[in-house]
Amino acid sequence: MSIAAPTEPSGAGQPTPVADVAGESLLRGAWRRLRRSPLAIAGAAIVLVFVVVALAAPLLAPYEPASTQWAGLVTPQSVPGPAPDHLLGLDSFGSDMLTQLIYGARQSLIVGVVSTVLGLSVGATLGLAAGGFGGKVDTIVMRLVDVLLSIPSLLLAVSVAAVIGQSQLSVMIAIGVAQVPVFARLLRGSMMLQSKSDYVLAADALGIRRRRIVMGHVLPNSMGPTIVQATLALATAIIEVAALSFLGLGDGDPAVAEWGRMLVAAQERFGNDPRLAVYPGVCIAITALGFTLFGEALREALDPRQRR
Amino acid sequence: MLRFALRRLALLVPVLFGLSVLLFVWIRVLPGDPARALLGERATPAGIKQIRELYGFDKPLLEQYWAYLGQLVRLDFGNSIRDGRPVTETFFEQFPATVELALFAILFAVVLGIPLGYAAARRRGEAVDGVVITGSLLGVVVPVFFLAILLKLVFAIQLDWFPTSSRQDPRIDATHITNFYVLDGLLTREFDASWDALVHLVLPAVALGTIPLAIIVRITRASVSEVLNEDYVRTADAKGLHPPVVRRRHVLRNAMLPVLTTIGLQVGLLLSGAVLTETVFSFNGIGSYLFDAISQRDYPVLQGYILFIALIYSLVNLAVDLGYGLFDPRVRVS
Repeated sequence: MSIAAPTEPSGAGQPTPVADVAGESLLRGAWRRLRRSPLAIAGAAIVLVFVVVALAAPLLAPYEPASTQWAGLVTPQSVPGPAPDHLLGLDSFGSDMLTQLIYGARQSLIVGVVSTVLGLSVGATLGLAAGGFGGKVDTIVMRLVDVLLSIPSLLLAVSVAAVIGQSQLSVMIAIGVAQVPVFARLLRGSMMLQSKSDYVLAADALGIRRRRIVMGHVLPNSMGPTIVQATLALATAIIEVAALSFLGLGDGDPAVAEWGRMLVAAQERFGNDPRLAVYPGVCIAITALGFTLFGEALREALDPRQRR
Repeated sequence: MLRFALRRLALLVPVLFGLSVLLFVWIRVLPGDPARALLGERATPAGIKQIRELYGFDKPLLEQYWAYLGQLVRLDFGNSIRDGRPVTETFFEQFPATVELALFAILFAVVLGIPLGYAAARRRGEAVDGVVITGSLLGVVVPVFFLAILLKLVFAIQLDWFPTSSRQDPRIDATHITNFYVLDGLLTREFDASWDALVHLVLPAVALGTIPLAIIVRITRASVSEVLNEDYVRTADAKGLHPPVVRRRHVLRNAMLPVLTTIGLQVGLLLSGAVLTETVFSFNGIGSYLFDAISQRDYPVLQGYILFIALIYSLVNLAVDLGYGLFDPRVRVS
C-alpha cells in the first residue's frame, strides 16, 4: 500500500529554469537543496528522534518493558492515568505506558527497516533483471509484478501472513513481499527511461560492454526514485504493521511492545480511557509523518529539474 | 481506440492466469494438511474426505489445477468454514454494501479534494496552501483504523451525532431490492430508510475517504500548478480571455487528467481500507466479512474474496487506462 507515494507529476509546477550550478553533481545539489528545505529538516528531525529513541530504549525507558507489576491498579472500569511515577500513566495490562511506547519505537524500527530492506532487495533485483536484460526476462518479470500488483497490498500482506503464521519474522516478510512489486516496477521504469538517453547511446556507440553500461551508467542514474520510495515505504511499513496487528496477524508474543497491538488492546476501553489508544496512534502517525516528509523532500531534491 | 482497448483487455489474461496459479499454490502451501487447514478445528474425517474430493488433493497436480480452473470459471470457491454458505453467494450479497461505502468515500474525497487542491495551487506559498498541504500530509499518515476509531469515539459515542455501527437501524422495516440501501429506499419510496442508511454511511465514508482525499488534494495541487504555468494559459490570459473561462476551459480541464487516473487508482486502497473501516463500524460488507475470515482462518472465503477483489481491481484499472486513452489521444499511440 504505497499510500504515501502518489505519483505526482514531478516538478510540481515550478517552471524551474535549468540554470545549472556549473559542475555540481546531482547528489551534491540534492544535499544542498535538502538542507535548505524546512520540511526536509522537520522530517529528518522526527526520523532522528525516532531512531535515537528506538536504539537507546533501554537507557531512556523508566522501567523494564512488558512488566505488569502494576496490574493490580487496573480495574475493569479504569486505568490509572498520568502520575509522577508514570508520566503517561499505565496501559490496560498494567505496564508503564511511556516504557511501552519507547520500546514500541524499537519494534517499529526493526520491523520497518527489515521489511523495507527485504522488499527493496528482492524488488530491485527483479527490476534490475527486467530493465537490464529486457526482452523475455522483462516480459516474465513484469507479468509476475502485474499479478502481485493486482492484489491490493494490505491484502497481499494478509495472504502471506496467513501462510507463514504469526511471528515477528512473518510480519516482516508479509510487509516486505507486498513492497516487492512496487520496487521492481519503479526501478525497471526508471532504467528504461535512462536506457533511452543520449549518454547510453554514446556509450553503446563507443562499443562499451552492455553489462558495464547497465551497471555503471544506467543503474546509478536510476536509483533516485527507488531511494525515495524506500524512505516512503518505511512510513507505509510502520502503518501496515499496525494494520496487521489490528487484523490479528501481528506478532503473537505479548511481551513485545508494539504500537499497533497497544492500539488494538485499547479499543475495549476506548469510551473511558481514550488516551490508551491516542498515545500509540499518535506515535504511529508522527513517525510515518517523519519518513513521509523526508521522502517527499528527498524526491524534490533529487529531481534534476529542480537544479538551481 | 478499439485496438487499444482490445490490447489492454488481452493484457489482463496473463495476469488473471498468474493470479489463479498463485492462489492455487497458496492453498497448497498453507501450514499443515490443506484439507485440515481449510476445515479448521472442526475437521471431521468425513469433512476432510469431502474437501479432498472437492479440491482433489489426492490427484496429480496438473489435474488438480485443471479442476480448479473449472471451478473458477463456474465461480465456485466452495463454502465458508464458519457458516457453510457458498463463498460466491455471500460475496455478491455483501458487495453492494462495500461499493456503496466506497462510492460515498470517494465522493467525499473528490468533492472536498479537488476544490482544496485547486485553491492551494492558486495560492501557492500562502497560508491556505500551507494549511491544505499540512492537512493532506496528516491524512496520509494516520492509520485508517485509528482514524475510524477516533471518529467513532468523538462523533458517535461522545457527541452522539451519528450511529456507532451497522448499515441501517434494525427498527426500520426496509424493503431491499438491490442491497444498495440508499438506492433501495429511493426505489421503494421509503425515504426514511434511505436517510437512515445515509446517516449510517457518514462516519465510515469519512474514515475510508481520508487517505484518498489527501492524495487527491496533492495531485490536484501539483497538476493545477503545472498547468497554470503552461504557455497556453499565459496566452489565454494575455489575449484578455475572461479569467473564469480560462480557469474552467484551459486550467481545470487539462489539470483533471492526472486527477482522474488517481481517483481510479484509489480503488485498491478503498478495498483494503474497507476491511479495517467496516470492522470498526460493524458495517456489513465484504470488508468486515473478510476480517472475520482472516481472524478465524476461513481459507475458502479468503481465497475467493481475494480473487474477486483482484479481478475488480484489475478491471477498474483497465477502465481507468481506457478512460485515459479516451481523454488523451497521445496515450493510445504508444
